[in-house]
Amino acid sequence: MLLIHCPYCEEDRPELEFHGEGEAHIERPSNMAELSNEDFEKFFFIRENQKGIVFERWRHLHGCGRFFNAVRHSVSDKFIATYKAGEKKPKLKKAEIDRVAPPAKNTPANEPVWTVGKEDGDRS
Amino acid sequence: MVEAATRLYPLTGREFAGNGVNMRPLDGEHERISLRADDVAVAGLGAAIGLELPTKPGGVALADGLSALWLGPDEWLIMAEKGAGIEDKLNSVTTGLYSVVSINHRNMAILVYGANAVNALNGGCPRDLSLEAFPAGTCSRTIIGKAEVVLWRTDTHSFHVECWRSFSDYVWKFLVEAARCA
Repeated sequence: MLLIHCPYCEEDRPELEFHGEGEAHIERPSNMAELSNEDFEKFFFIRENQKGIVFERWRHLHGCGRFFNAVRHSVSDKFIATYKAGEKKPKLKKAEIDRVAPPAKNTPANEPVWTVGKEDGDRS
Repeated sequence: MVEAATRLYPLTGREFAGNGVNMRPLDGEHERISLRADDVAVAGLGAAIGLELPTKPGGVALADGLSALWLGPDEWLIMAEKGAGIEDKLNSVTTGLYSVVSINHRNMAILVYGANAVNALNGGCPRDLSLEAFPAGTCSRTIIGKAEVVLWRTDTHSFHVECWRSFSDYVWKFLVEAARCA
C-alpha cells in the first residue's frame, strides 16, 4: 500500500486515509465579479494536468482531517514531499526529481503488461 | 404509567474471546465531546477540565476519569464518565474561538484486548500498529474496513475502538471475523 507522509500527523499513513483534491496553488482572483467569461473559465475549469512533477492538494480525511499539499510525479505516482497548506512550493533538487522518475522507455521495468496487436488484432 | 424511554446500546450482550483476542462493547452512559479550538483557546479549555490538552500528534492526556485525545491540530475527542459535566465546564471558557459538541449518542466504543488484538485490528486497519509507530498511550483517527474509527492504544495489548453507533455492528462483525483468522 502507498504510504503518504502527513505533515500534520508527522508520520507515514496508508493511502486509504487520504483523498486527493486536485491541483494546488490555484489563486482565487480578488476581482471575481469583473472577470470575463474566458478568464473565469481559465481560473475555474482549466488545469495544467501535467505529465511529470505535479503539485497537488490532498486531504487526510480519515486522520487529522487537514488539507495539505504534495509534490508527486504523475507517471510514477511517487511522492517527493508533502508540506502544510499555505506554505510555498518547495524548491526541488535534481536528485529528488530523478528518484521518482519512471523507468526509461523500453526497459524491462517499463514494459506494458499487455499490448494490443497491430491491424490483424493479434495480442502479443 | 408509561415508563421513561431507556437508551439501548447496539452491541449489548455481545462478547468475544478466542485466538488470543478478547472483545467487549463499552456500554453505559458516558460523556463524549468533540472539541474544536484555536490556539488562543487551548490553554483555557484545558484548565477548565483540569488537564493540558495534548498538542503532539497522537497525544492522549489523562486526568481523573477524563481522557483527551488529539485528533487533529485543532480537534480533540474528550471522554469522561457520566455526570462529569465537561460540556458546561468547557463552555464556561471565554477566551478564543472554540466549539463544543456532545457526540455521546453518536459513538460506541469496543474494547479489544489480548496478545493477538493487534493482529485482529490490522485485519481491517491499514495503519502501522507496531509499538514503534503506535506506542501505548497514543491515539489516531483511522479506518477499519470501510468504517472510520478513533483508535486509542490504552496499553500494549489493549485498544479502545471508538466508532459511530450505526457502524458498530459492522465493526464488531469485521473484528470478530478478523480475530478468528488472526
